[in-house]
Amino acid sequence: MKPLQKVAASILCAIFVLMVLATFLLPAHYAHQFRDIPNAGPSAAHPLGTDALGRDSLSRLLYGSRVSLLLAPAAALLSTLIAALLGSAAGLLGGWFERIVLAATDLSLALPWLFLLLVVRALLPLDVPPLVSIAIAFLMMGLLGWQASVRVICAAARGVRDSDFLLLARSSGCKPARLLLRHVAPNLRPLFYAQFFISIPLFILTEANLSILGLGVMEPMPSWGNLMRGFEDFSMLSANPWRLVPLVLLVIVVMCFQLVLPSQEVTQ
Amino acid sequence: MIEESKSTSLFRLALRRLLFLVCLGLSGALVSATLVRFAPGFGVQERELDPRWSATSVEALRREQALNQGLVSFYFHYLSALSHGDLGESDSLKRPVRELLRQRLPVTGSSVLRGLGLAWLAASSLALLGLAYRGWLFEASTTAFNSLLLSLPSAVVAMLAVHLRAPVFLAIAAVVFPRLYTYIRNLLLRVYDQPHVLAARARGLGSHVILCRHVLPLAAPPLLALLGVSFAISFGAAIPIEALCDSPGLGQLAWHAALGRDLPLIVNVTLVVSLIMLAANFFADLAGLTFAGSAP
Repeated sequence: MKPLQKVAASILCAIFVLMVLATFLLPAHYAHQFRDIPNAGPSAAHPLGTDALGRDSLSRLLYGSRVSLLLAPAAALLSTLIAALLGSAAGLLGGWFERIVLAATDLSLALPWLFLLLVVRALLPLDVPPLVSIAIAFLMMGLLGWQASVRVICAAARGVRDSDFLLLARSSGCKPARLLLRHVAPNLRPLFYAQFFISIPLFILTEANLSILGLGVMEPMPSWGNLMRGFEDFSMLSANPWRLVPLVLLVIVVMCFQLVLPSQEVTQ
Repeated sequence: MIEESKSTSLFRLALRRLLFLVCLGLSGALVSATLVRFAPGFGVQERELDPRWSATSVEALRREQALNQGLVSFYFHYLSALSHGDLGESDSLKRPVRELLRQRLPVTGSSVLRGLGLAWLAASSLALLGLAYRGWLFEASTTAFNSLLLSLPSAVVAMLAVHLRAPVFLAIAAVVFPRLYTYIRNLLLRVYDQPHVLAARARGLGSHVILCRHVLPLAAPPLLALLGVSFAISFGAAIPIEALCDSPGLGQLAWHAALGRDLPLIVNVTLVVSLIMLAANFFADLAGLTFAGSAP
């Protein structure tokens, strides 16, 4: 691991630990309104001030980071699982199954992803409780975000299928289950990790885009995208530059993920 | 003789791709028909809520609707209407989808094309410049700038464009550029490290000759494939950018449709966009195949 990657990984770890500890650090509940001090500047009681409704910005940031940072990996896990199952089955079985899976992948790769997400979002009701909106947003990304990984995993699984060690294992009477668990899975595991880590920043960014457009996580639940709504108002931003903290945090996290990734790709 | 067999195999491959494209388009149309058919509120008419209509009239109205609503006949009607270019009517705007598309597509098309052109120009010239100089300062600064752009959600880029009063195509270019640059740079690095390029350099060939005769023919097929992918990226980026920059294009239309839960509109917009994408990918593939066939 290069020193830069170590730094990025430790920043990510620090942010994650902070988010998990946030429950004990929160100055106030994320939806609690201090109605007499709306739009307040930073103070000892409210280190990042309050928003237009008088809610404590730091609490909202910490809670929103937790929403974004815990659910993006969850969605990435879901999509990687789907991709792993479909991709390795297609690569190992080959034949018409592989052709169908690859055709479906081609079709959905040709579609701009955001259009697909909007279609699915339009199918579901918009006036849902915040928790349900979180579940919808991240399930949607997890269930629809596997296409790019399937191609890579399928190609690798095809390589494993044609390999000599698998032929040897099969000829020495290895059962299919043992073949899969002891010979195929360990060879594909680094690839699964890589795809998982590639998906996380992608999902964080997509959640931000959807929430800014009002189609992701619903108020009063905060998320990074939600906290960035209203950034069009630049006079407000230049008067209160600390409102930019969610954006800065998002950029740092996504950049750290990008820096950590190369080592993962080398292990393929 | 060899030439002829090469061209016939190319033709056969193109035909197969075209057939695949038609199948994909048809299945896309069927999926969208299903979505429209099962959309909430499908077939419900405002007249049913009108208290002046008697119960028997409402019943008759429903029966009349039901005649058209068998799934197979619905697919047939949908596909035959589609073949005439009739894409149905938008629920929220009460206007034919076709008319909306005719108004909105040129707006998005022009900003996407200009944005893509700018992004490709910037990405390829910067990648070539980086290869020519290979200084650590240049590399570090472009990598940092690039990863900063990659880490910004496209909606934030759109807000920045609103603030700077930048045109929509510039915002699209800013979203597409970092993705292109990384890929082009890695691709060129890989090709420049090939032994035949080293041999050409050892023979004292000029950098232009090396680029045009030895690097580009190898790099062209993946670059053409990237062209197809970049279309999809830019259309995807058009949604938040047009929505926030208030540009009356397809992206904004899709956003309004999603907010208004107007399924006939968003499904048909997505269908048209995916057909454009498939056609773009088809031509990019075909060009890549021709190139790969003609390369030495």
